Amino acid sequence: MANALVNVPARARRGEIIEIKTLISHPMETGYRRTQLGGRIPRDIIRQFVCTYNGTEVFRAELHPAIAANPFFVFSTVATESGTLTFQWTGDNGFSAAETTTISVD
Amino acid sequence: MVLAGATFAGEIPRAERRSGYDFMSRETRAMQDDDTANPGMLAVLEGGTLWARKTGAAGRACADCHGDASAGMKGVAARYPAFDAALKRPVNLEQRINLCRVDRQRAPPLAYESRELLALTAYVARQSRGLPIDVAVDARTQPFLDNGRAAFYRRQGQLNLACSQCHDDNWGRRLAGNAIPQAHPTGYPVYRLEWQSLGSLQRRLRNCLVGIRAEGYEYGAPELVELELFLMWRARGMTMETPGVRP
Repeated sequence: MANALVNVPARARRGEIIEIKTLISHPMETGYRRTQLGGRIPRDIIRQFVCTYNGTEVFRAELHPAIAANPFFVFSTVATESGTLTFQWTGDNGFSAAETTTISVD
Repeated sequence: MVLAGATFAGEIPRAERRSGYDFMSRETRAMQDDDTANPGMLAVLEGGTLWARKTGAAGRACADCHGDASAGMKGVAARYPAFDAALKRPVNLEQRINLCRVDRQRAPPLAYESRELLALTAYVARQSRGLPIDVAVDARTQPFLDNGRAAFYRRQGQLNLACSQCHDDNWGRRLAGNAIPQAHPTGYPVYRLEWQSLGSLQRRLRNCLVGIRAEGYEYGAPELVELELFLMWRARGMTMETPGVRP
């Protein structure tokens, strides 16, 4: 089960710089670890994170095996208009999770 | 025998008691303080879902008996481990959840350190955040508390160390670059950065036992519950922080 916590201010003034925080539950298994019997534990990581603001991409990140479990992103964007922000995480083994929040800009 | 409330020789005085939180870096403290940055909140979120899900042969959810956890579970975790009249010994919060599952929901118990049990425990303990730790010490629990205290002050393992030698005598100093905390279980289950996951107090205790090269106990062992009881009593009055973040 993918749990995600997204924190976006509910309201902002037009032109204001807003801070966005996202946290998602994921083991981020590196693929370099081995079991006690020597078998390789297959890699299982999130590969990509994308945030779009009313359909326009405002932030993208590529993730690699050295990133810790439960990746946490903080980034900022400019509040241009009221609308929705969508967050999409995709990764190994068909992992896919999405969240949506709304913001009202005056 | 030492009476409840009396100060034990070598015990850290109330005014000097400090949570592991106070020994952490500014960044780690910020991570714990911000509910949207604290990875333990992911487990609390999942625990909330499990709280409301019907399960077992009885087809009941935790919420069907206990209702809204924010009211019914407030302060509960601060009182655990608590005496169980049927088992005639103290049980910790994880064991209480599993007793409820078996007896009331008629579902199989959850494995110790399983994602579900940690999530439910974190969700219940989260309702006590900000409240003082207040385990009941009476004639029934006193012998178990005394056993826990004896374990805390007993030298053991190949390194021949007692818990107290680090956590009473040398807290605040450094061990392999890390600050030695006072071992107050204020934030369990904690998200430990080293583990990259949430873990119970018993996982932490078993870790310490490995560290002193002592023979460990199985999860849920009475010896570990007694030690938990003593540690909670030793931290009485301190504020619950669940879900805590620790380095």
